[in-house]
Amino acid sequence: MSTVPTLSGYLRADGRKGIRNVLVVAYLVECAHHVAREIAASFRDAGVHLIGFPGCYPNAYALAMMEKLCTHPNVGGALLVSLGCEGFDKRRLARTIEASGRPVRMLGIQQTGGTRSTIAAGREWIDATLPQLRAQAAVPMRVDELTVGTICGGSDATSGLTANPAMGVAFDLLVADGATTIFEETGELIGMEHLMAARAKTQPLGEELKRTVAKAAEYYATLGYASFAPGNADGGLTTIEEKSLGAYAKSGQSKIDGIVKPGIDPPKPGLYLLDVVPDGEVRFGFPNINDNAEIAELIACGSHVILFSTGRGSVVGSAIAPVIKVCANPDTYRRMHEDMDVDAGRILEGRATLADVGREIYDLVARVGGGAATRSEELGHQEFILTYKSFEPLGPSCLPA
Amino acid sequence: MSVMKLAPQDNVAVALRPLRAGEAVAIDGHALTVDRDVAIGHKIAACDIAAGATITKYNCPIGIATQPIAAGHYVHTHNVKSGYLPTYTLP
Repeated sequence: MSTVPTLSGYLRADGRKGIRNVLVVAYLVECAHHVAREIAASFRDAGVHLIGFPGCYPNAYALAMMEKLCTHPNVGGALLVSLGCEGFDKRRLARTIEASGRPVRMLGIQQTGGTRSTIAAGREWIDATLPQLRAQAAVPMRVDELTVGTICGGSDATSGLTANPAMGVAFDLLVADGATTIFEETGELIGMEHLMAARAKTQPLGEELKRTVAKAAEYYATLGYASFAPGNADGGLTTIEEKSLGAYAKSGQSKIDGIVKPGIDPPKPGLYLLDVVPDGEVRFGFPNINDNAEIAELIACGSHVILFSTGRGSVVGSAIAPVIKVCANPDTYRRMHEDMDVDAGRILEGRATLADVGREIYDLVARVGGGAATRSEELGHQEFILTYKSFEPLGPSCLPA
Repeated sequence: MSVMKLAPQDNVAVALRPLRAGEAVAIDGHALTVDRDVAIGHKIAACDIAAGATITKYNCPIGIATQPIAAGHYVHTHNVKSGYLPTYTLP
């Protein structure tokens, strides 16, 4: 019998724990991006991450995302950089962060005197604030206090044979130990709706799962493209339903406890589907313009760490939460091993079993939860993107008691 | 083993290593000849497949044959289409 590992966390005022103590610098419109980037750049290796929203028009989803991200358990403080005239509700964001007990400072570029003086003021605040974060003692943290998200990107035909089912095994182990787990990208579950519905905790939830996938299929049909890149076909995936079959394997075998939307935390441990496709008529373009848009949403639902499977070879990481890269294709691993945390392609070559690699991923999640850096963290990857969306509240059957 | 069916009912098998055109592979005890080079993870027909037939992998439908496909031949976007949304490839 294996023992449940102990992680190391930073206790927040709301009782949640983070596995990192990041200070975020957030630009509130593209016009403030450069200044925010210059502030963050001098603290590149000091746990200061850059996030932001480029739009000037207000958007309830983007505001909710920024509120959730700036008060994420992995975040210990926030510097907000505003131009001064944008539509983003910066005061509400600052109040939310302040109410969470985190240090927060807002700088308006127009008021502060322009680029140079705002960069100086931002660096000064971070210099003064980082020691506070560093002084915070870590506390023991259990696997059942952890939320883990999963995504696949740069998929090929090996993804569904090795990395995705191995991550599914890891998800089953995490769920068995009381963790909260989230899978997503309903546009890549097209064709899987009936299988997924059969795993729902309740029959009405099963119907909601089917409706969620139907919404995604309709949304993508309107836009004219499936969630399918040319590289997926080069890698041997013929259709979106074949890609879905592989993507679906990430969810493992556990029963599905509910559906959440971006910015909504699963209410208790278990396995949840994150519905990333906007509600209503098609308004702002593709649901997720790239993998990092999905990663940001998984993090906004409370994910402390992201399991990312790739066959073709994605290199991305993320701001705020560490990304564990599980490589599906043994040839890709040989070419790009410096970017990969786990070599799941061994399964294809008979050098490991699914169960071996699933356990390896689980153990790595625990080590990363104890502070070990992932490859993408070591390489300085801190990608982030946030765009416009609109959502209706969750339906009544999405989170059964 | 060079190819593998993921479920006994499947009409395609997956290449576990790169296959060469003209290479003989064994599926369900039958020797089949691969019609072209096939990369790792890509699919070949495990039996003769009629136009309009459903392609199954892991015993799940993954598309529809747009033309007859002979056993051993490469199965991909040139002879299979999605039942949901068209597959986009670069010209």
